[in-house]
Amino acid sequence: MATDVAALRHGRPALAREIPHTVSPGLWTLAWRRLRSDHVGMVSLVIVAAFIVMMILSGVGLIAGDWNREAGVNYAPPSFLGAEAPAAAPAAMTTSEGATPANEYKSSIADPIGDVIRAIKSAEKSAKSAKGESQSAAAPPTTSAPAPSSDEEKSVDPLAAVMADIRAGKGVTAEAKPEARKATLPFGGDKWGRDVLKKTIKGSETSIFVGLAAAAVATFLGTLFGAVAGYYGKWVDDFFNWFYSVFSSIPYLLLILAVAAVLQQKGIFTIVLILGLTGWTGTFRLIRAEYLKHKAREYVQAADAIGASNTRRMFIHIFPNVSHVVLVQMSIYAVGFIKAEVILSFLGFGVPVDVVSWGSMLNEAQNELILGKWWQLVAAGTAMAVLVTAFSLFTDALRDALDPKLKGRIGV
Amino acid sequence: MSDPLISVRNLRVSFRLDRSTTFDAVKGISFDIPRDSTVALVGESGSGKSVTSLAMLGLLPPENSIIDASSEIIYGDRNLLSLPIGELRKLRGADISMIFQEPMTSLNPVFTVGWQLEEVLRLHMGMTGRAARKRSVEVLREVGIPEPERRIDAYPSQLSGGQQQRVMIAMAIACEPKLLIADEPTTALDVTIQKQILDLIADLQKRHQMSVLFITHDLAVVGEIADYVVVMRNGEIREQGRAKTVFETPQDTYTKALLRCRPQLDRRPTRLPVIDDFIHGTGPAHIEERKRGIKASDAIVLDVKNLGKSFYSREGLFGRREFKAVQDVSFKLPKGKTLGLVGESGSGKTTVGLTLMRLHEATTGEAIFEGRDLLAMSPKQFMAYKRRIQIIFQNPYASLNPRFTVGQILVEPMQIHGIGNSTQARTDMAFELLDKVGLSEVSFYKYPHEFSGGQRQRIAIARCLTMRPDILICDESVSALDVSVQAQVLNLLQDLQDEFGLSYIFISHDLAVVKYISDEVMVMNEGRIVEIANSDEIYRHPKMPYTRRLLASIPKGWHGEHARAND
Repeated sequence: MATDVAALRHGRPALAREIPHTVSPGLWTLAWRRLRSDHVGMVSLVIVAAFIVMMILSGVGLIAGDWNREAGVNYAPPSFLGAEAPAAAPAAMTTSEGATPANEYKSSIADPIGDVIRAIKSAEKSAKSAKGESQSAAAPPTTSAPAPSSDEEKSVDPLAAVMADIRAGKGVTAEAKPEARKATLPFGGDKWGRDVLKKTIKGSETSIFVGLAAAAVATFLGTLFGAVAGYYGKWVDDFFNWFYSVFSSIPYLLLILAVAAVLQQKGIFTIVLILGLTGWTGTFRLIRAEYLKHKAREYVQAADAIGASNTRRMFIHIFPNVSHVVLVQMSIYAVGFIKAEVILSFLGFGVPVDVVSWGSMLNEAQNELILGKWWQLVAAGTAMAVLVTAFSLFTDALRDALDPKLKGRIGV
Repeated sequence: MSDPLISVRNLRVSFRLDRSTTFDAVKGISFDIPRDSTVALVGESGSGKSVTSLAMLGLLPPENSIIDASSEIIYGDRNLLSLPIGELRKLRGADISMIFQEPMTSLNPVFTVGWQLEEVLRLHMGMTGRAARKRSVEVLREVGIPEPERRIDAYPSQLSGGQQQRVMIAMAIACEPKLLIADEPTTALDVTIQKQILDLIADLQKRHQMSVLFITHDLAVVGEIADYVVVMRNGEIREQGRAKTVFETPQDTYTKALLRCRPQLDRRPTRLPVIDDFIHGTGPAHIEERKRGIKASDAIVLDVKNLGKSFYSREGLFGRREFKAVQDVSFKLPKGKTLGLVGESGSGKTTVGLTLMRLHEATTGEAIFEGRDLLAMSPKQFMAYKRRIQIIFQNPYASLNPRFTVGQILVEPMQIHGIGNSTQARTDMAFELLDKVGLSEVSFYKYPHEFSGGQRQRIAIARCLTMRPDILICDESVSALDVSVQAQVLNLLQDLQDEFGLSYIFISHDLAVVKYISDEVMVMNEGRIVEIANSDEIYRHPKMPYTRRLLASIPKGWHGEHARAND
């Protein structure tokens, strides 16, 4: 069909020789024109596009590829604040608690079976660090203060010896220090001195990709199920409604945990799958209602009269008439799923620890905030807020452009 | 015309389409509504007649309508257009009230009829409680609702369409307004009910000595009730004057055209005159009569026997209730002739059409086409016959897919049925057909929304023709069109029948149109055939009482002031 349409549009029919090549603007052209005249919509579109370009560049490794490198000192402040006094850092280190592997070791030193644990953990550690160079860079948090002496190191970290062993095993010597660390970073550094700006960029990759991919999966499922249920009606509709009711009767988070447990692994694709599999219900209801409405329209009856098959009526006749609903729904979902990914990662159900996402950044920032290191929180929070706001405004503009009659009304 | 009730002076209304463009809906019109008389505002769609009435009540949407500063609508000594909204609201309902076209959507479905009537009385007359209820019953009785004491507690959905319109009228006259604006009050109703409502409005007008502004596109209706006629076109008044003058000696070419292009019961020219004939001064070209009728020797293309269709609704847990929409319908359709199918809404005439096309599956009966029963075939077998019977739907705005270009709409059926062997051949044929139905070649690249109603119906006709059908079912195909466009489409259908020898099943509630186009007429009521006969025969000598009643309700148009006085 598509090729025929193209042929119709661009072919030069024998009888139409003298006709100037004018195809009337279709829905999408008109919608684009309306969107173009919507300033808020265009600004948000540009912002969203910038985020997506950033995500793609980061995805192919052109920018922020070295986010895991400890480029600055621990908790390097943002450049616009200027460097902190070097003494502050080790002091802060000792007071901090939780999250770091170093502190874990420290707390376990009083334990009677500490040695065992230590052995296991170090084995794990070495296995993990073997995965990549970046991992090993993250692993030695002991190199804390700027240019610390080995004595100092020992006094702070009783496991320095263990670490030295690991390093030796990997062929990395303690002397092979990374290049001199910067005292400040553009947006500050995290606990290990990694560049927050680069983390934010790398984090966008996860968050936006998860948001868009999950939205695509959810909308696809919802549209397909909705179309089939709404078009065929009767027992097919009953079946899907029953399926839908079961799905929506289970609390959202429980469902996610259950799917996560079944899938047995953490990872970006798992989250996409979880969000996609649990999120289709809204679209389903909407598209089902649209198909119920359109199925009774005369143009569908007319399609039946000319002999169009069920599939043809469903997807070639009706679908283009509801496609704008699908698109807007997808856009709404993308916003929701970006937020959902952040929340899941924040709660620890999200991406694995070796992947950075805005959610895991916010999670880290919890502890940092006590120390007054606010920049990671602000960076991740701002990035998310800007994207989500822009995306939402863009969704509104998109809806207005696709369905101008709705303009000015509240809700969809 | 001294001291009129309302005078409209130089009314100009335009609508803002977007930032830079405006559309002039009403272009400076002036007319008077005298006391105690009925003024008919006649015009086709887009003539500005409804906009004019909405302007009187201040009901135009303020955000995109502009009323010119020099416009005046004088009521008493006040200009309604400059009245503050609070004052205007007091006038609405009390002094000027309005009834709308669709009674089903104008009544609030969640309140009883009585509640809605009492609300009007409470707001405008300050009546409450028992007084309001008493007055409501009185008004309901006045508009001819049976058992008003009981019906006052009914919800709108419990009343029939005609009764709902009566309730609307009751609400409008409850406060004894000086002016009643009726905006196409009978268009959505069946002829027999239309007749009753027209009689009711005429009666109320006389009894309450109020004025009625009757807005309609139907000149035949106007002829029945109006004292004065105002003919509008494209926002301008083409002619106004006493009904007698306008009907008997019309001055304006447009008025003349309107009077002539509507099919008439007593005449049947080979072609209906269209507006262009008059505007270009060529006059009606074909005045000779066309002979209609069916002879026993005519070849039969479709033989329908005992057709029945039942719908089932669930009732209780396992029970279902049968509703017989069509029962025991038998007829023969001769080649190259037209069978008219008339009846009121709910008579099952549309179901007959849809069942023959197998858009509904028939419950009983057979339809023999080329020696085979269409209704007994498997869907696969039927596919080959599907293109032979085609349908043109009522609403040209709904029957074309808005996301397809006209080209796609026309080429698709040929693709499905493998007509033409290449895209090029199909495209060529589409262009040919566009030419045949009188559309330019550029139309091929356009979307349906860029066309007017009549043009869209032409596209729908062209789509059917791509499949070279033998039988064309026209389901109220011209009912939604303006009178002048109706004439053009009817002429087109007639030309196509002459050229291709098509057989039509012409379904309509409009008896005048059916009379014009049909060779044979079948009258249906409650799913059964009442009477079937040659069209001239059935209109001249109806045998069954139902047919007689139906024919008596057709608005006869103007037949002189004396005839009316005797009514």
